[in-house]
Amino acid sequence: MKDREQIAQALATCGYIADGELATAISLMQLLKRPLLLEGEAGVGKTEVAKALAAVHATELIRLQCYEGLDQSAALYEWNYQRQLLAIQAHRGEQADAIEDQIFSEKYLLERPLLAAIRRDKSPVLLIDEIDRADDEFEAFLLELLSDFQVSIPELGTISAVTIPHVVLTSNGTRELSDALRRRCLYHYVDYPDVDREARIIMARIDGAGASLALQIARMVENIRKEELRKVPGVAETLDWAAALVGLEVRDLLEVPETVHETLMCLLKTHEDRSRLTREVTGRLLGKVA
Amino acid sequence: MSCCGPTPGYQELDEVSRLVSAKLAAFLRTLRDNDFAVGLHEGRDAASLMAAGYAEKPGLLRSAFKHLFSARKTDWDRFDGLFDAFWLGKRVRSRSLTTGAAKAANSPSLKSLQDTPPQPAAGEAATDQVPSAEEAPEPRGGEGRSEGASRADNLAEIDFRKMADPGQIEEAHAVAARLAKTMRTRLTRRDLARRRGYRLDLRRTIHSNISHGGVPISLVKRQRRQKPLRLIMLLDASGSMSLYTGVFLRFIHGVLDEFRQAEAFLFHTRLAYVSDAMKEKDSARALDRLSIMAQGAGGGTRIGESLQTFNRWHAARVIHSRSCVMIVSDGYETGDAALLGREMAALAKRCRRIVWLNPMLAWEGYAPEAAGIKAALPHIDLYAPANTLQSLAELEPYLAKL
Repeated sequence: MKDREQIAQALATCGYIADGELATAISLMQLLKRPLLLEGEAGVGKTEVAKALAAVHATELIRLQCYEGLDQSAALYEWNYQRQLLAIQAHRGEQADAIEDQIFSEKYLLERPLLAAIRRDKSPVLLIDEIDRADDEFEAFLLELLSDFQVSIPELGTISAVTIPHVVLTSNGTRELSDALRRRCLYHYVDYPDVDREARIIMARIDGAGASLALQIARMVENIRKEELRKVPGVAETLDWAAALVGLEVRDLLEVPETVHETLMCLLKTHEDRSRLTREVTGRLLGKVA
Repeated sequence: MSCCGPTPGYQELDEVSRLVSAKLAAFLRTLRDNDFAVGLHEGRDAASLMAAGYAEKPGLLRSAFKHLFSARKTDWDRFDGLFDAFWLGKRVRSRSLTTGAAKAANSPSLKSLQDTPPQPAAGEAATDQVPSAEEAPEPRGGEGRSEGASRADNLAEIDFRKMADPGQIEEAHAVAARLAKTMRTRLTRRDLARRRGYRLDLRRTIHSNISHGGVPISLVKRQRRQKPLRLIMLLDASGSMSLYTGVFLRFIHGVLDEFRQAEAFLFHTRLAYVSDAMKEKDSARALDRLSIMAQGAGGGTRIGESLQTFNRWHAARVIHSRSCVMIVSDGYETGDAALLGREMAALAKRCRRIVWLNPMLAWEGYAPEAAGIKAALPHIDLYAPANTLQSLAELEPYLAKL
């Protein structure tokens, strides 16, 4: 199919280097109109997929960050109580029905991400980030929304979707998601990129990172990931590190082992990991890069 | 009814599509047999994908189907092998086994154990068929006297290992399952009793009083959400524990059935995630699946390595702030005791409580001398015997307090 390559290319121009499978997933999303569930370790670029997708479609990105205790009023809609109260005071003495009609109208409705996503003229990208952090109840509610794309507001009636948004869900796996939600979605597991792709990511994202340096950095990071670490560095950390090295005007990792060792703080985020990668270990890993 | 022209006729096309859809249906059945959650909806989508031109290249179709049919990481990893085996006639590659520790290869894996012919579920039933009646006076006497309702109570105090006849064992299993259920209901009730708001929810109060012109007549309160307790059980299924495994498996099955949040793992020389197998409603079937796993690997117990696997691959997912980890083991570590100590320390940092149930604790003259248990003891919050149903029941108030 032609559009897969087009998708991969479009993503690349937006700064996201996708692997072939992700491009397939996105083309399927459009064909089947299903949400895409992305799983993977922290920092492999799940959220970035949604951002790049929005850029590709040249459309708005609506983001719903999930957290424990997230409820409808924060995710879907809420009435603007303050204005409603003011309106009641202002219209004192009028017919009760008339006041009620007025204060429960669109004007007093605050739309939250989920409602906003189905009321746009052009399909936006709806990113539901870290769905595993939300509660089971919210997940069930979300399921209903994702299958019907309509919302019922008791005071106002049912609001149907103007356009169907492109939905991307991400999960870090802190909680097992329900089978029902999984079944509704297309599934893509985002893995750590291979050396070649990571090097291309570095080149796309960091200005001034040459091909040889990017390749060295990618190789080094891959070696570090193979060590027994508590927290394996993700792509975001790699980019931080690359930016740091470029900022320090490093051209070749092998020339400056000292700097390499000292800047590893960009990659290793726990004391245990930091103490595990001693100077000798760094030296050994650098040796493998050459 | 063949067509003579160069282009295939409608009938032939029909024939082809019939064949393809039959093949697709067979593939869906294969996936279902491999525990993929695939419904009619997915089948229809798959057909429309094939029609949309994704079937031109096998690689493309595989990738498309993979996104459609997988629902979790394990599915994702296994899918390519299944697809190739079915559509391309290759042998299934052993990719699915590589997720665990790298050392898994040199210890007998659970997968290979499944191929051995299943033996009777309760291992002790076979050997204990011929106990001399004089030798076990205490439980025998109990059995002689027991009639009707009092029987269960008597059983509660008998050490599992002394239970002799299969009927008695069967009953102990049933009691264990019942016990798990009552523990669950009591825990919930205690939770409910605390449901009183202590703080005013201003936002909701105003909202619900809009109809009174904003005068707060009916108040809405809020209380802090209580996360339900999550119970994570790690059961030692090694040879030295074989007398107890059966009963505990039944107990775990009851707990998984009733607790909203519970996970179970089995370990001997390596760790296996068994919640899915155990969630089968029919306990006999679940036990069948499980007992096959539990039988094997009589060699030894690598508690430390199993815990390492747990910490590395499962802990982030299954443990949250209100989790209690329950380890049932005799603590005879055949691996590295220092590793066990380290991993216990890491585990203790993650979860709220660690309960270690040791069936041998109640034995006369037992002292925690084994290197494994010595290394683990400093990190354990509750170290309790668990050789009778009574001792299991005594855990409940402790769990309720968490």
